Amino acid sequence: MEQRTAEELAKKARDISISEFFEKNRHLLGFDNPRKALLIAVKEAVDNALDACEEARILPEVNVELIQLEESRFRMIVEDNGPGIIKAQIPKIFAKLLYGSKFHKLSSTRGQQGIGISAALLYGQLTTGKPAIITSKTANGKKANLLKLKINTSTNSPDIIQEEETDWEGKEHGTKIEIDMEGNYIKGRQSVDEYLKETAIVNPHATIIYTNPEAEQIIFPRAVEVLPPEAKEIQPHPYGVELGRLMRMLETTAASTLQQFLTTEFVRVGPGTAKEICANSSLLPNMKPKNISRELAESLHKGIQKTKIIAPPTDCISPITDAQLEKGLRKEINAEFYCASTRPPSVYRGNPFIIEAGLAYGGEQEADGPIRIMRFANRVPLLYQQGACAITSAIQNTMWRNYGLQQSKNSLPMGPCTVVVHMTSVWVPFTSESKEALAHYPEIVKEIKLALQEIGRKLASFVNKKRRIGEEAKKRGYIEKYIPHVAEALKDIIGFDEIQKKKVEDDLAEILEHTRGELEQVGVDNPDYDEEFAKIGQEENGEEEADDFGETKKKKRKDDDSDEDNDKSDNDGSDDDSEDEEKPSKKRKGSKQTKLMDDGED
Amino acid sequence: MAKTENPVVGKIKDVAQGIYDKIRKVKAPDIEMPIRSLNNVEYNSKEGYFKLLNKVKSRTLTASTIRTFAQTLRMMSLSKDLVETDDIATKREAYYVSKNWGEARFREQPESDTVMDDIEAMMGVNREQIGFIPEEKGGAIAGELIVIDKDDEGKRLEIDCTKFGSGAYSIPSSVEELSFKTKAKFILAIETSGMFERLHKHNYWKDANCILISMGGVPTRACRRFIRKLADEKNLPVYVFTDGDPYGFGSIYRTLKVGSGNAAHINEFFCVPQAQFIGITPQDIIDYKLPTHPLKEVDVKKIKDLIKNDPFIIHHKAWQDALQDMAKMKVRAEQQALAKHGLNFVSEKYLPDKMKNRKTWLP
Repeated sequence: MEQRTAEELAKKARDISISEFFEKNRHLLGFDNPRKALLIAVKEAVDNALDACEEARILPEVNVELIQLEESRFRMIVEDNGPGIIKAQIPKIFAKLLYGSKFHKLSSTRGQQGIGISAALLYGQLTTGKPAIITSKTANGKKANLLKLKINTSTNSPDIIQEEETDWEGKEHGTKIEIDMEGNYIKGRQSVDEYLKETAIVNPHATIIYTNPEAEQIIFPRAVEVLPPEAKEIQPHPYGVELGRLMRMLETTAASTLQQFLTTEFVRVGPGTAKEICANSSLLPNMKPKNISRELAESLHKGIQKTKIIAPPTDCISPITDAQLEKGLRKEINAEFYCASTRPPSVYRGNPFIIEAGLAYGGEQEADGPIRIMRFANRVPLLYQQGACAITSAIQNTMWRNYGLQQSKNSLPMGPCTVVVHMTSVWVPFTSESKEALAHYPEIVKEIKLALQEIGRKLASFVNKKRRIGEEAKKRGYIEKYIPHVAEALKDIIGFDEIQKKKVEDDLAEILEHTRGELEQVGVDNPDYDEEFAKIGQEENGEEEADDFGETKKKKRKDDDSDEDNDKSDNDGSDDDSEDEEKPSKKRKGSKQTKLMDDGED
Repeated sequence: MAKTENPVVGKIKDVAQGIYDKIRKVKAPDIEMPIRSLNNVEYNSKEGYFKLLNKVKSRTLTASTIRTFAQTLRMMSLSKDLVETDDIATKREAYYVSKNWGEARFREQPESDTVMDDIEAMMGVNREQIGFIPEEKGGAIAGELIVIDKDDEGKRLEIDCTKFGSGAYSIPSSVEELSFKTKAKFILAIETSGMFERLHKHNYWKDANCILISMGGVPTRACRRFIRKLADEKNLPVYVFTDGDPYGFGSIYRTLKVGSGNAAHINEFFCVPQAQFIGITPQDIIDYKLPTHPLKEVDVKKIKDLIKNDPFIIHHKAWQDALQDMAKMKVRAEQQALAKHGLNFVSEKYLPDKMKNRKTWLP
């Protein structure tokens, strides 16, 4: 056998472009099968759209459309009302992997690495050979730019196939992306439908209009008119920095002394703390950062851990807030009871984070199976790897039996209930690159459990009240049901007439009922829920109505109505009627009867 | 001229009237009945049966008891109708009659059985006297016995229990009107029909000049009453032959001899105090080197329960010792285990030996 020299072998080795790498390893980004690919593409596009709107402080309105072109080929169109993108940036943002504004900063935005949407483009290009079409308009009066883009995988750079200027009539500003790709559309737990529904729950400030491949349009209207506070950028906290990163920071810093380096590159480090760190690391504060060797960096890293440093500021992360999370649940799930809870900020490894939990109980939800879990990280639904997620194990290890749900040891509780858990952080620790499950940091698990306990206690008081009232009502029903039988039997045995029988019945009613007080009422506590607006997961009833009214309009009407109610409460009925008539329908094509929550599969 | 009112009907009317009067005074009515359980019986060795003590439960009409209350009254009404028209209903039929009561109907037969037992205890009479009869047959008979019954026209019938060939005479559900002719020397009550068949097949009753009765598990009321009547009238000794296990001792033999907790109000007539236990005892397991099965958890529990709570066992040291022995041996043996020594061993050796030696019996 002919031997080869090292030199010969070396000739074969060459740089691998990141694009080439993902071309071969697309599963690392979630594009492992056609079904999931479709979902991930929508997810990346919607994440980008929402981030863009929020960064520009615009209330998002995102239009998602899936068109089935062939058996296994789909066109995805996602359009937002964001600020638009200037022409020069479009190719890089969409057709170059690892290009982005968010990778180098710490903030709780949805996207982080600048991979997602380019990966979707790459996937489309790989499976159909077609370029993606991006249209973007930055202001009224300006022309929109339309670009057809491909990624050159060997150089990881954009190829512009075609570019032109167009009028995008009726659009003030925004971006539209169209990608053709291989896919498989199904409904159920891990579907685009579910993803968008869950997105709507945790983004109650966004309106999402979704047209599925069956040409049914579903509107998830916004429930609140305020944007969440802007995600602030923060510098890293010393506790969260790993040695390699610390060394890189030392190399690239502009600071001239170690003390300056510590105070300028990190949050929560003032001159005092910096000196303390130096002392704990046996280093001099006036050393030049560039001169710090690997060994010295290591002792600096250890010194940091020894020093007591205040926790990072937490105003850099913004929770959905319990009130808004509850609103999100109310509009999308028809239940009897809702509650939500936002924990105070906490810190793991120098990264601030907030856990929020909410639940919807009862109503039309499945009572026999395990509860439904919705997991979120930075307002993004997590649909895969439920079993590997810290949220799931925290739910399993919470004693739900105390809160009125059935549960066998260390498994998911059973009952008509949806539990939502949201983690927001400048750095969400995922178990893998595909970002589908939260890692089990003890601080995080503890916070999740505390949040679950808070909502659990609220649930327990509702469930108990409901049971009490249920029992009371049952007893009352009993009384009414059986009094005639007692009277009838006595009449048969003793042989008296109907008049006496009636007297016996009246006396019995008095005997039995004077001991019981007024019956409390527990109604469905959800004025916000609108059947028409939360179709997902339910049988649709196919009414054909005009589609011109948005949620904004409807909300306004409701407010008007309630104002009026104060003045003339006798007019209730007619108000309701008129509202019903004007209630916007979400469906254009109502003929198809579909059930969106078919069995999902993995 | 109306016929004189049946005392049961009178009692039912009295109870109903009491309830009616209370209701018309706008006071919560209640029904009192004796508690039917082993806690409320005592074993009196002189009289030889479980006698009902005077603990009573009272069912006051409230929102949570109204359903059972209504059902009890409707059942009393049904009973009154049955007695007045001299009709009967089986327990199952009574359950189905209730399906006509709308909301007050019984969901399962055990519910109606319990209410029936309650009324029976309340009236202090036997179920048959309030018009209800059980489904189950009393047991099978073979041997030297003529049962005197009537056909439906009231004509006297003589039933010769030797003339059933390989079959057997079946005890009817109501035995009160029967009378007997026999020259047999004793009655042998057997737990399993398998053993009954074996003894019947080998003409044991002819050889031993006895009456064989298969109880088929815990003897029914009719079976107990039949044996009692027969034994009393013809002055016959009664021997009981069961498996050697806690169920055979504590449930089958005990119930036959002294009655049960559940039917405590009628035990006086539905027990056979003269019964004697002839097998299989724990000592037999040793003496005859019988093949055994290990005691199951329920068996062990039953033994403990019998020793601790059963007034009959508590009264008889011999039974406590036997049960303790069994608990120590940790095994039980079935009647059929005797076949180890040959199929006819039971009739040719075991039973004759047992009959001769009183010391091998248990009280």
